[in-house]
Amino acid sequence: MSTLNTNNPYGDSHKHHILSVIVQNRPGVLARVSGLFARRGYNIYSLAVAPSYDPDFSRITMVVDISATPLEQIVQQLFKLIDVVEITELDPRHSVEREMLMASIQVEGDRRAQVVDLAGIYEAKVLDVGSASLTISLDDTPEKLDDFEELLRGYGIVESQRTGRVALPKLEREAPKGVTKGKAS
Amino acid sequence: MSAKEILTGAEALIRSLEMENVETMFGLPGGCILPAYDPLLKSSIRHILVRHEQGAGHMAQGYAHVTGRPGVAMVTSGPAATNMVTPLCDAFMDSIPMVCITGQVATTAIGTDAFQECDTIGITRSVTKHNELIMRAEDIPMAVRQAFHIATTGRPGPVLLDVPKDILINTMEWNWPTDEEVLAALPGYRTVTEGDPKQIKAAAKLLLSSERPVLYLGGGVLKARAAEAVRELAEMLQAPVVTTLMARGAFPDNHPLCYGMPGMHGTATAITAMQKADLLCALGARFDDRVTGKIAGFAPEAKIIHVDIDPAEQGKVRKPDVPLTGDCRVIVEEIIKAIKELQAAGTAQVDITPWRSRVNGWREQFPLVYEPSEPGARLKPQFCLERLRDLAPEGTIVCAGVGQHQMWTSLYWEFNEPYTWVNSGGLGTMGFSVPAAIGAKAGQPNKTVWAIDGDGCFQMTAQELVTATTEGIHVKIAILNNTYLGMVRQWQEMFYGERYSEVDLSGCPDFVKWAEAMGCVGIRVESPEEIDAAIERANSINDRSVVIEFRVEEFEKVFPMVPAGAANDDVLLHPMQESRREFLK
Repeated sequence: MSTLNTNNPYGDSHKHHILSVIVQNRPGVLARVSGLFARRGYNIYSLAVAPSYDPDFSRITMVVDISATPLEQIVQQLFKLIDVVEITELDPRHSVEREMLMASIQVEGDRRAQVVDLAGIYEAKVLDVGSASLTISLDDTPEKLDDFEELLRGYGIVESQRTGRVALPKLEREAPKGVTKGKAS
Repeated sequence: MSAKEILTGAEALIRSLEMENVETMFGLPGGCILPAYDPLLKSSIRHILVRHEQGAGHMAQGYAHVTGRPGVAMVTSGPAATNMVTPLCDAFMDSIPMVCITGQVATTAIGTDAFQECDTIGITRSVTKHNELIMRAEDIPMAVRQAFHIATTGRPGPVLLDVPKDILINTMEWNWPTDEEVLAALPGYRTVTEGDPKQIKAAAKLLLSSERPVLYLGGGVLKARAAEAVRELAEMLQAPVVTTLMARGAFPDNHPLCYGMPGMHGTATAITAMQKADLLCALGARFDDRVTGKIAGFAPEAKIIHVDIDPAEQGKVRKPDVPLTGDCRVIVEEIIKAIKELQAAGTAQVDITPWRSRVNGWREQFPLVYEPSEPGARLKPQFCLERLRDLAPEGTIVCAGVGQHQMWTSLYWEFNEPYTWVNSGGLGTMGFSVPAAIGAKAGQPNKTVWAIDGDGCFQMTAQELVTATTEGIHVKIAILNNTYLGMVRQWQEMFYGERYSEVDLSGCPDFVKWAEAMGCVGIRVESPEEIDAAIERANSINDRSVVIEFRVEEFEKVFPMVPAGAANDDVLLHPMQESRREFLK
């Protein structure tokens, strides 16, 4: 949260890890998590939170920067929060990830057709059409979003918003790495 | 208790505290917490009315530390809650079990900037182990049970419950959750007790094979009630022991294996033993910067066994060779068993007698020293402390504020029993000692409680002596009055070219008159021959609190000292000992 990235926020992947954190779905939990990161000077690159399949729990998917703080320390400090129930470190090789991008692009004439073509190639959706602009959405892997955003930039992005990634472990192949359950003090 | 009993939230709150066996609590009422003070009139709980909410918090801390039971404080919303922030943070830093109840504006008024409203949960989130805003009267018993469970288990700490006024007034059907229900409602909170057997064995092997081991005791030894087990371990290994500021008394100072306090103002022996060790066995200690000095230069040759109940302490500062997460007492007992098994199987301990004699040599060469005062000059604070120590009744509890007097007390007092030393370690809260002493005396009414205070500290919280007088909790205060913010003055002398900026407290007040105004006996001591008589008089008074003002030397400095940011090898010795520095090899 403390670092604002302008280009390819996930490019330096060896310094970034994905944590999937199950928390009790209670008021103030997000403030506890973000407060902990602020207080200890840890960086969050992205954060997505929503209730999980069980409405008593929410899943927070966060991409953390471990260039300054070892992942182990971040995980252990997070675990001290009473509302944190489970933390899974997701190895990108063993997880499926998605992120969504929405972007409004200023395009007219021929250039509009080029952008619609591009959207077709990436299987993006055109959400809104104005007289001189388009709003497009794409949900895909963060890397695909990076590529798509890069290409759109050439046409002039007026506004854009990414959701931050959400991720789940891949099924029935390899156990997810580093699941820590119910170990707080 | 019938199943259909209807109580107000306030009645449920007080009954819940009684169910948690709270005997004494500290607080001060106000608007939003008013409903809770009504059922208190009929309660078995003794409520001690303080003069400032910060006092209630520090009293709860002192009470918790000497009894091992959670300290409880109750205050109102807004300014009362913000006044509680310092004690909460202090308790959080020093892992003191504490439950604090704050009033809050009615749920309908939350977020409207109502009178005496503040975001107590937001403000205290980072200084509590946990906090909770209670939004339904029927949730009160569960919230209280959870608060006590969280405060007292794992790494202890403060828990705050924020209770809106309408929730205290609303009625509920009384219920008292079972242990199972409490645990089920806390799916993210599980504490670890036992250590990993593999690591226990590794620790045992390392302890037997090290040539220069040091047991590095932290406050966790006291929290875990592990003093006896640690003593057995030390004696079986005959290994040197150092006790940090938070662990003073965890191992008897009069034991031949005890080498006192390490760290910024530690003894030269304790500091050097850690620096030269090939094994540091850290027990409930957290490698605090005041102990390690410059971390890159700390105990460079030592392997580390780190026993701590908080997994986040493992590797936070120094990577351990043998991490052991769990209860310190349980783990030390397991290590002792593992050592006995190894010995039975023929593994003998490496001979550490050369190491012991080396450490003993430092102790002989570098005792604590100070220059005696010149005739007619002001008293030496160290001499006053030696007399207070030697004349104190058996089992005396000692509290301190923060600064030079705190370091001298830790260095010069002889702590031979656990839970006889109460101070603010991590947060370094000036003004801690007077209220902490009152809380300690409330928890241990049959023991003598001495608060050693500085003149700066005393002026921060002295008003609580009114509480002591009105509540009949009689403590003894020794003010080492050097008319300066002494520790800051010492730093300005040593590191700011003797440019003294805003540290002179001379002129006011008259401590004797002030003490008398608060219903205490006030005594001023200005010359050495008055010291013993004053202390003996104070010790003999049991129906009032006593304040002795010792007029001590202004420019006395605390030695040894590791300057901030320096490595422990560069410890500054007392000027009388600097010429012998080469012996610290």
